[in-house]
Amino acid sequence: MAQGESEIKYLTPIAVETKKKKYCRFKKSGIKYIDYKDESFLLKFVNEQGKILPRRLTGTSLKYQRKVAQAIKRARHLALLPYVADLLK
Amino acid sequence: MNNQYETVFIMTPVLSEDQMRETVKKFHDLLVEKGAEIVHEENWGLRKLAYPIQKKSSGFYQLFEFKAEGSLINELETAYRRDERIIRFLTVLLDKHAIAYNEKKRTNKNDIPTLND
Repeated sequence: MAQGESEIKYLTPIAVETKKKKYCRFKKSGIKYIDYKDESFLLKFVNEQGKILPRRLTGTSLKYQRKVAQAIKRARHLALLPYVADLLK
Repeated sequence: MNNQYETVFIMTPVLSEDQMRETVKKFHDLLVEKGAEIVHEENWGLRKLAYPIQKKSSGFYQLFEFKAEGSLINELETAYRRDERIIRFLTVLLDKHAIAYNEKKRTNKNDIPTLND
């Protein structure tokens, strides 16, 4: 009889990584305006290639994602952030 | 009603300190002359650029925050384009949150909310 894995019994339930609920960090902290001149702040929302991180990763609400994107694009225009990079972080 | 704007421009690094001051003064005077009320100005000095512009890897940054009529923006930007010392510029309209943010940044920096995580 091949019972397989169902025979294995655990005393304590095995730790399964539970998904943490994402939330909008701007709504939570009460930030209303995203400054395009603050490049160290904007660095939190780009990957090491300088690309804007998607909402599905950061959990930012649509309203603030638009503002983040706008601020990053302005910063790029003023050469505060690169358009393309290899090792930003 | 006058809107509040913010303008940042980058000057070539080949200018001397005096020439840079003179350029800043030129645009300051232009704004005042056309009836803008300057709220704030900032000189960031020589900064490294994130990527080369016109084969230059650094530049002098200057910021002006001012209240003016919208028609002035066109004149200002034309002046930027005609001046070969300016390698990049950006003018943005400030909304009420931006004005409040800039105000706080100048007076009490600790009042600005941050991402705490």
